[in-house]
Amino acid sequence: MGLLDAGITKHNVLVTSVDNVLNWARLSSLWPMGFGLACCAIEMMATNASNYDLERFGIFPRSSPRQSDLMIVAGTVTMKMAERVIRLYEQMPEPRYVLSMGSCSNCGGPYWEHGYHVLKGVDRIIPVDVYVPGCPPRPESLIGGLMKVQELIRMEQIGISRADALKKLAEKSVDPQSVIETERKVAHA
Amino acid sequence: MEEGHVLSHSVQQSAAAYAIIHDKFGDAVTAFDANETMPFFEVLDTAVWPEIALFMRDNPKLKFNYMACLSGVDYQSEDKVGIVCNLESLGQLNHKIAVKVKCARTGGSIPSVAGVWHTANWHEREAYDLFGMLFSSHPDMRRILCPDDWEGHPLLKDYKVQESYHGIKVPY
Amino acid sequence: MQELDIAGMGSVRVTRKGNNVVILEKDLQTEQMVLAMGPQHPSTHGVLKLECLTDGEVVTHAEPYLGYLHRCFEKCCENVDYPAIVPYTDRLDYLAGMNSEFAYAITVEKLLDVEIPRRVEFIRVIVAELNRIASHLVAIGTYGIDLGAFTPFLFCFRDREIILSLLEWASGARMLYNYIWVGGLAYDVPADFSKRVMEFVTYFRPKTVELYKLLTENEIFVKRTRGIGIMPADVAINYGWSGPMLRGSGVKWDLRRNDPYSVYPELDFEVPVPDGKVSDIGDCLSRHLVRALEMDESLKIIEQCIDKMPSAEGFNARSAVPKRVRPKAGEVYGRAENPRGELGFYIQSDGKSTKPLRCKARSSCFVNLSAMKDLSKGQLIPDLVAIIGSIDIVLGEVDR
Repeated sequence: MGLLDAGITKHNVLVTSVDNVLNWARLSSLWPMGFGLACCAIEMMATNASNYDLERFGIFPRSSPRQSDLMIVAGTVTMKMAERVIRLYEQMPEPRYVLSMGSCSNCGGPYWEHGYHVLKGVDRIIPVDVYVPGCPPRPESLIGGLMKVQELIRMEQIGISRADALKKLAEKSVDPQSVIETERKVAHA
Repeated sequence: MEEGHVLSHSVQQSAAAYAIIHDKFGDAVTAFDANETMPFFEVLDTAVWPEIALFMRDNPKLKFNYMACLSGVDYQSEDKVGIVCNLESLGQLNHKIAVKVKCARTGGSIPSVAGVWHTANWHEREAYDLFGMLFSSHPDMRRILCPDDWEGHPLLKDYKVQESYHGIKVPY
Repeated sequence: MQELDIAGMGSVRVTRKGNNVVILEKDLQTEQMVLAMGPQHPSTHGVLKLECLTDGEVVTHAEPYLGYLHRCFEKCCENVDYPAIVPYTDRLDYLAGMNSEFAYAITVEKLLDVEIPRRVEFIRVIVAELNRIASHLVAIGTYGIDLGAFTPFLFCFRDREIILSLLEWASGARMLYNYIWVGGLAYDVPADFSKRVMEFVTYFRPKTVELYKLLTENEIFVKRTRGIGIMPADVAINYGWSGPMLRGSGVKWDLRRNDPYSVYPELDFEVPVPDGKVSDIGDCLSRHLVRALEMDESLKIIEQCIDKMPSAEGFNARSAVPKRVRPKAGEVYGRAENPRGELGFYIQSDGKSTKPLRCKARSSCFVNLSAMKDLSKGQLIPDLVAIIGSIDIVLGEVDR
């Protein structure tokens, strides 16, 4: 939708729905919880730092779960940590989002078979909205995941559930394979 | 060691250090295993292990002031568990030696040397956590890595992982 | 912390900062409080939990709780082949993957009879030293954040990205490389690698000076770190400290010098030790200072390695890599100088299997952190943060 794209000039009246304004405000100041677990946390730090500069998307880490909208589960969740993760999640105010970063928190990663103390997927304990694959994911893919969260927020409306919003997002999504193939054709031509 | 094989300088140093310990404690320690990668001897009488440790640290000819590593090991075929300590004289005499101490696999205990080298404190807790041997007279004998209510000692060769922990499924 | 009776002042609670006695409270009734710090706390550098007993602003006792990142490294090792352990060693100390791989590779090679090509040795040293700089940059940058300085963090990460892209160019990954294999390397370095590394060295040399002026000489930074958390040398050795921590206490001990491995004996570099002029020996500032000065030495090592490195002609990075790694029966304890200290591996092999019977990682952070109880006694709560930061822990290595 993009209020800014509409080109607001001086003394202008802009008509839009409440949903749009609310969603625009929420997605442009997505505050994740500064919560590093393992190796992925270093890539998360690198994404926040000079070269990738997450602040241009309005994303700025907060130290307290009570001030944050988004939880980036960056790294391996262990059995000892699992209960703390649940507690942190419960401390976050609604509406809250969870981004699972890296293979370990997606499915256990390299520790899936012999890691007796590793939780095989953070989605066993808290609902996850966006998964970012990689070990660890590059900062670019983390940014991609964060933009996916923003798209999800854009799909939300007052009175519709998160599940419906996810469905709408899925309808809108494009099969990457077809994009890759068209790009390939262009490159070959 | 085969006849005629020349030991390297560092193994010779370790052998000299062992000779001093053997003179003092005699049958409480085994013969010296002069291999090139990690020369060691074993303490047979576990009760004197703290005494040997203190002697090794304070004797002016030994001065093993630095414990590099303490690893727990599971000797399943011998039905024993044990520790391997890599000791070194840091900045003083610059020799190294490894010491092995073993105890029974179930309900065994080894005297703690946390009072001799502070390094041993956390390493012994770790060995207890992962192998289940107790360290008598340790100041703080608790699990260190796994949660306090974890079942079993994970690095034993016959360890079976528990099905669930606090309602969360553990295996994949 | 001490209770003193000073005439005319009643009961006074004081603490010592270097040579100064600071009066904290006069005639105040305080209550003991338990303060849990972590596992989610921005200044514990990961998932460390500290349980502090505090009396007003003074920490009387701090107990670290570990294991929130216990990823079962040793169990995984017993179940996979020797070469497959290399990626797990990356994930131990994830800030210095190359150094961990290096330590593991030289340990296994002690049990194998392989001759490592000279070029491999030089490339290993170059990538390890580059990674050491990257690791120290994170240590210094986050230490700045802990004490309230945000700018050095951005400067450090800007320069770290250059190193990461160099290492990515060589190995294909940004952080966890799987580059140094048992017996060799995954690939040779790209054709122009030496040139680009030299460009980085020329670029980075003035930056260390900049960083030194920005942070190490900063008045506020010095006030926060000088005289805090002093550790005498003999206690440090008894605790098993190593690396910059031990050197910060004035012990000139560096495994690259004192127990040399690879091609380090051929290289000319200093082992920086604080002289007590700008810092009190053994305090937080000394440990920071050692890291800051070590980066310069690493640059020197890299330069020399590039000069001495044999050419790539007829070179195969995998020529000495065994098809099947099956070491002879025996035990070995091998170690290398990691950015955080001595990283050692104790490996037990039965001579038949391609999997180790036991593989223990002796982690430098684990040992360095064990002194936390002693270091924090009687310190102020804000100083506790300074002490944790100066230990420079990586929880992946502490908990394994």
